[in-house]
Amino acid sequence: MSRLNISRVGSGWTIIALVVLHISAAHAQAPSHAPDTIAARVLACASCHGAQGEGTNDVYFPRLAGKPAGYLYNQLIAFRDGRRRYPPMNFLLEFLPDAYLKEIAEYFASLRPPFPQPAVPELSKDVLARGEALVRFGDPQHGVPPCSACHGPNLGGMEPAIPGLLGLRASYISAQLGGWRYGTRTATAPDCMQIVAGSLTEDDVKAVAAWLSSHPAPSDPSFAPHGSLPMPLACGSEPN
Amino acid sequence: MPRAQRYWLPILTCALACGWLLASAITADAQQQTAPANAALIAKGEYLARAGDCIACHTVREGKLFAGGLPMKTPFGTLYTSNITPDPQNGIGNWTADQFYRLMHDGRFPDGGLVYPAMPFGSYTKVTREDSDAIYAYLRSIPAVQQRNRPHELRFPFDNRSLILGWRTLFFKQGEYKPDPDKSAEWNRGAYLVEGLGHCGMCHTAINALGGSSDSDAFQGGLIPMQYWYAPSLTSNKEAGLGDWGIDEITQYLRTGVADRGAVYGPMAEVVYNSLQYLNDEDIRAMAVYLKTLAEGTPPAAAAAPMATSESSLLVSFGKSIYDRECALCHGANGSGAPPHYPPLAGNQSIQMSSAVNAIRMVLNGGFPPGTAQNSRPFGMPPFAQRLSDDEVAAVVSYIRTAWGNRGDPVSARQANELRSATLN
Repeated sequence: MSRLNISRVGSGWTIIALVVLHISAAHAQAPSHAPDTIAARVLACASCHGAQGEGTNDVYFPRLAGKPAGYLYNQLIAFRDGRRRYPPMNFLLEFLPDAYLKEIAEYFASLRPPFPQPAVPELSKDVLARGEALVRFGDPQHGVPPCSACHGPNLGGMEPAIPGLLGLRASYISAQLGGWRYGTRTATAPDCMQIVAGSLTEDDVKAVAAWLSSHPAPSDPSFAPHGSLPMPLACGSEPN
Repeated sequence: MPRAQRYWLPILTCALACGWLLASAITADAQQQTAPANAALIAKGEYLARAGDCIACHTVREGKLFAGGLPMKTPFGTLYTSNITPDPQNGIGNWTADQFYRLMHDGRFPDGGLVYPAMPFGSYTKVTREDSDAIYAYLRSIPAVQQRNRPHELRFPFDNRSLILGWRTLFFKQGEYKPDPDKSAEWNRGAYLVEGLGHCGMCHTAINALGGSSDSDAFQGGLIPMQYWYAPSLTSNKEAGLGDWGIDEITQYLRTGVADRGAVYGPMAEVVYNSLQYLNDEDIRAMAVYLKTLAEGTPPAAAAAPMATSESSLLVSFGKSIYDRECALCHGANGSGAPPHYPPLAGNQSIQMSSAVNAIRMVLNGGFPPGTAQNSRPFGMPPFAQRLSDDEVAAVVSYIRTAWGNRGDPVSARQANELRSATLN
C-alpha cells in the first residue's frame, strides 16, 4: 500500500511539474492546447483546495487529498444537487455528470501531498483533553460514539466513504459539525453524523475541532479497508 | 381501436371454430402495428420536451421526474412549478390533449384560469398542434407522481391572477409559427425551434418593469432578473450575435457547450446541459442557420476608444500585472487562449459587450461549461472571489476588456463588489 502511495505521489508531482513547465512556456506565448490531464481539467478546484488538494491558507476550505473516493464523490453529488449547501460549490458543479464527478473524486483520493503543520492549540489543556477523550472514547452517557470507531484508530477514514479527519482546520471541522446539527449539511439516510453531531454540545464541538486540528498527521495516512471497522451506527453513506 | 378489436375478434372465433388461430394472428398483428406507432409518438414527444427544456423547471434536483416544486424567484415573488406527471389529482392525469394544447397555446388551465407567464406560453404558443399532442402523449407515458403543488408566494398585488389579463393584453400574441415562404425549410425549422419550444426569447429579450418584453426588442438581450447574468443580444454582432460565426462553430457551441470562439456558462450552461445537447444534427443545424441570420448585416463593434484618463490607464496596467500572474497561464499573455477548452479573450464578443456583468462574474465565481455527451469532462475556470479584492477584480476585468484590440469599457470596483453577492444558483 505504502509503495503504491509513493509511486502515486511521484507521478502526481511529475504531472504537476510538466504542467508548470508547460505553463511557464505559455507565459511568453499562448498555450497551443489545454493539457489533456485531470489535473488541468480540475484546476478550478486548486484556487481554494490547493493544486494537490492539500488545502490553502483559508481555514474554511478543506484538504481533499487522500480522502476516500466514495466520500468525495458523495460530497460532489450533494453539492451538485444542492443537498449540501455552499453556493460557490453548488454553482461550480451544477452541470457536471456523475461519471466526471467520480473521476474527480478518484483523482483527489489518489493524491498524497504532505500534511500541513498541525495547528498550535489556542485552547486550554483541559479542553484539548476533552477533545481527545471524545475522539478516542466518545461520551457513552450522551450516546456519542468515539470518532475513531468509524474514522479509524489513526483517523485516516475508511473506504469507501468515511473521510479522514486530520489535516483539517478547527474552523472547518466546527462549521461541518454545526452544519449537521442545524441541518444545512445532510447525508444519505440514515444520516449517522446528524445523530452524532446532534448529541454534541457546543463546547464538545470546539474541543473536538481543537484537538483534531492540532494533532499531527500519522506517518501512514492511508484509510482503513471497507468493512474493517465495526461501526456503532448505521450510516447511509457507508453501506455494510 | 385495439380495445374494440380485442373483444370482437374472440367472439367471432367462437362462431367460426376453425378461424380462431387466424383471428389471433390478426389481433397480434394489429397490436404490433399500434404499439410502435404509440412508441414513436412518445419518443417524439420526449425529444420535443427536451427541445422545450421542460425538465429545467418542472423537476427539482434529486426529485421525481416532472413532479414540479422548483422555486422560481421573480421580481414579484416566488412561483413554484407544477406537477406535470399523469397523476390525476396533482398532475395532468385528467387533462385531454385539447386542454394540454390550450395551456401551451393560450396559457390557460382546463378551468380557464390564467397561467403565470413564467411558464413560457408566449413562446410555446408557436408550437404546432401535432407537436403539442406528441409532448402530451409523452407526459402521459411517464410515471405518475403523487406530489401536491406548492402554492405560489407572490406579493400583493401580484397574487391577483386577473393582473395577468393586463400582461397578456400588452405582451402576449397568440398563434402558431407561420413559416416564411421566402426562407428555406431549414431556416424555418430553426426559427420554429428558437422562437417556440426553445423559448430563447425568455432570456435573450429584455424584460421590462412590467415583466414583459416586446416584439421590437426581440432577441436584443437583457439582464436576467434575479439571476444577475446578462443574456446577450442575438441580433448584434457586438454581443452574442452569431453573424460572423461559421455554422459549424455555432452547432458545436450549442451542442457541446464549447467552441473555438467561447464557451457557455451560467444559465446558458443549463440550457445546453438539459436541452440542446440532446437535439439531433438537423435541428441543431437549423437553429444555427436561423441564429446566424438574426445578426447578419449588423456592423461589427466600433474601433477601440483610446483610454481617456491616466486613471484608467493606471487601472489597466494594474490589471495587466494581475492578468499575467493569474490568467495568462491558460488564456495566454496575448489573450488567445487555447480553444475550445481555454476560451480566447482577445476578440471574444462576450467580454467586450456593453454589460460587463458576465465577465465580472466569471472572474469572481469561475465556472465549468456543462458536461455534455461530446465534452463530458469540461475544463473549469477557477473562482477568484476569495483571492482578489474588488479593486483587483475591476482592474483585471478592465484589462481584458480593453487589451489586444478589445473594445469594452473599464469597470469599477463598485460593479465588482455588487456582483459578489449575486445569487449563484
